[in-house]
Amino acid sequence: MPNILSQLEPIFRDILDNSRLNLTRESDASNVAGWDSLAHINLISAIEQHFGISFTLGELQGLKNVGEMIELMELKLAI
Amino acid sequence: MSSIAVETLIRKRKSLRRELLEKPNLLEVRVAILGGFTTNEVADFLEVLLLDRGIKPIFYQAEYNRYFEEAVVDLSQLIKFRPDIVYVCTCSANIQKFPPLDASESDFNEYASTEGERFAAIWNALDDRIGCLVVQNNFELPSYRLLGNFDCVSPGGKVRFINHINGEFAREASLRPRLFINDLNFIVAMIGLKRFHDAKRWFAYKLISTPEGSLAIAKSAAAIIGSIYGRSRKCLVLDLDNTLWGGVIGDDGPNKIKIGKETAEAEAYTAFQEYCVRLRERGVILAVCSKNSEQIAKQGFDHPDSVLRLQDFSCFKANWEPKPENLKSIAAELNIGLDSLVFVDDNPVEREFVSAQLPEVMVPNVGSDVVNFVSVLEEGRYFETVGLSREDLDRARQYERNARRLQEQSQFASYEDYLDSLEMVAEIAPLRPVYLERVAQLINKTNQFNLTSKRYTFADIEQIVSDDSYVTLYAKLIDKFGESGLISVIIGRRERRSLHLDLWLMSCRVVKRGVELAMLDSLVAICQQHDITEIYGYYIRSEKNNVVSDHYAKLGFECISGDEHNRSVWRLVLTADYVRRNRHIKESVGAKHLVSIGTNLSGYPG
Repeated sequence: MPNILSQLEPIFRDILDNSRLNLTRESDASNVAGWDSLAHINLISAIEQHFGISFTLGELQGLKNVGEMIELMELKLAI
Repeated sequence: MSSIAVETLIRKRKSLRRELLEKPNLLEVRVAILGGFTTNEVADFLEVLLLDRGIKPIFYQAEYNRYFEEAVVDLSQLIKFRPDIVYVCTCSANIQKFPPLDASESDFNEYASTEGERFAAIWNALDDRIGCLVVQNNFELPSYRLLGNFDCVSPGGKVRFINHINGEFAREASLRPRLFINDLNFIVAMIGLKRFHDAKRWFAYKLISTPEGSLAIAKSAAAIIGSIYGRSRKCLVLDLDNTLWGGVIGDDGPNKIKIGKETAEAEAYTAFQEYCVRLRERGVILAVCSKNSEQIAKQGFDHPDSVLRLQDFSCFKANWEPKPENLKSIAAELNIGLDSLVFVDDNPVEREFVSAQLPEVMVPNVGSDVVNFVSVLEEGRYFETVGLSREDLDRARQYERNARRLQEQSQFASYEDYLDSLEMVAEIAPLRPVYLERVAQLINKTNQFNLTSKRYTFADIEQIVSDDSYVTLYAKLIDKFGESGLISVIIGRRERRSLHLDLWLMSCRVVKRGVELAMLDSLVAICQQHDITEIYGYYIRSEKNNVVSDHYAKLGFECISGDEHNRSVWRLVLTADYVRRNRHIKESVGAKHLVSIGTNLSGYPG
């Protein structure tokens, strides 16, 4: 599986409608414009669909930071 | 847009929205969504789908699960917002009390009426206090059945309860002209309960459905709202070879085409023809656009097994011209816009060509296998209707009559002679309560012959007809071919000695018949009796009303300001020697009587 971060970036750019967004592992709702709770729901749906994974209800609560998100996804994708 | 994948819509929604908002002259509609669950996703999708139909929704979303309170207890937010439409977006999770497992039949009825009354209270309050249209979801089946199959039998079963309530909603909606049901029960059945419900999203965000489910709800709601505002398509244009029958009639001959019940393939074409006939019966116009020689093409409908007959088509184009050219003539002959057409062709090359040349024409990707045509057409909800009027049922005949009128026209030396030959009689009079529902519908859905495109709610119109400072007129038209019904409306507002025409619209099926001249004569007569000396007309350009940009110029008004192609103000100074414009339409005696009653300026006889 190629770099997860590089696949996440275009998803974030689309959903937040910001073609210049640079996503890093430190990106979170506080430092990315437009990442509100509604965008978050869309982000999760699009990520689940793109990677063919599903976050559990418990996991959904702790996905506010891209680094954490990637770690969790690595486990799910068994990289 | 009608076949856009939900994944694409989620990812590209914001950029799509940005692009669509740049379309010129979008019609603004104020939509309040009162949700029993988190409705943001439905609203996001609905916005893009409506923009695609030329409607720009301005949303108000009530707080989550406050749909009852905001509609019945405290309407202040809604009153402030002034919605054109309130969408009560609820689902089975919002049913407050299901009957207990041991409920008796009479318990069941009691629970049902309690639940029904709760929603009736919402509709009543919205009707009384806001006067808007209401779109109401009915209920999807539950995600589990405690009693299994017996759940649809037992008075304590949720399945039976939901089915019953849905029946009650349908009954209510058939009695309430301003209540429309968004059939959630069907929508969910179509995609399946398993693919609709999403327990995780419910617990995490109070979202009832998967993104796919939200999109299905939004598509259906967009079709209803589009239909209310006259954005449904009107005409199904069909290719012939391998679309309405199997094989190529020019090569195989009329006896060898596949239609009838003999083979599986022939049966499939027959089924599609039957679907087209059903559409025609409910008011969709049918037309043919095919590369064929006309004479041979027509023989296909003489085939003994053909369900469709030649006379079912209001327009028939079989020739070797490019299809976009033929589609343009079909629209012109039927006097409808290209954006009223849906084109079905099994050939992907033709589909792509038409789509590229005429983006206004809807060209669904029906594939090349006739077995899928119906489901693709149904999925698009192109011909959505919110009611079935006598006029809908009569529409096919209306267009036949127009075709006959057109034929006659060619027999007369002049257009004037032709108009006289029609023996037109008009009833022109101030609005009466019995017509207000029809008037409200016309105001919403008339987009072409509409000078200002101003929208009024039913409550607005009720208020106007009882207000002395307004002059209103409607026109009904009859000619020797038949009745056209109520086809034109004027609303004028009096300011001292002048009258300002806030609204003038006419159904496009009677244009070029001189009805507007007869209406102006009546209007002038009323004005002169009431010491009104000037009439001001307004033209406000919209996406679709270019056809009336010179309306007031033709009637002899002078342009006093503005640019003819955008917004303009026109004036007619009334003098004692006003020359009546109308020469071809008789006014019915009843109508004259009504005009004279209307001279008290209340516009409200009786």
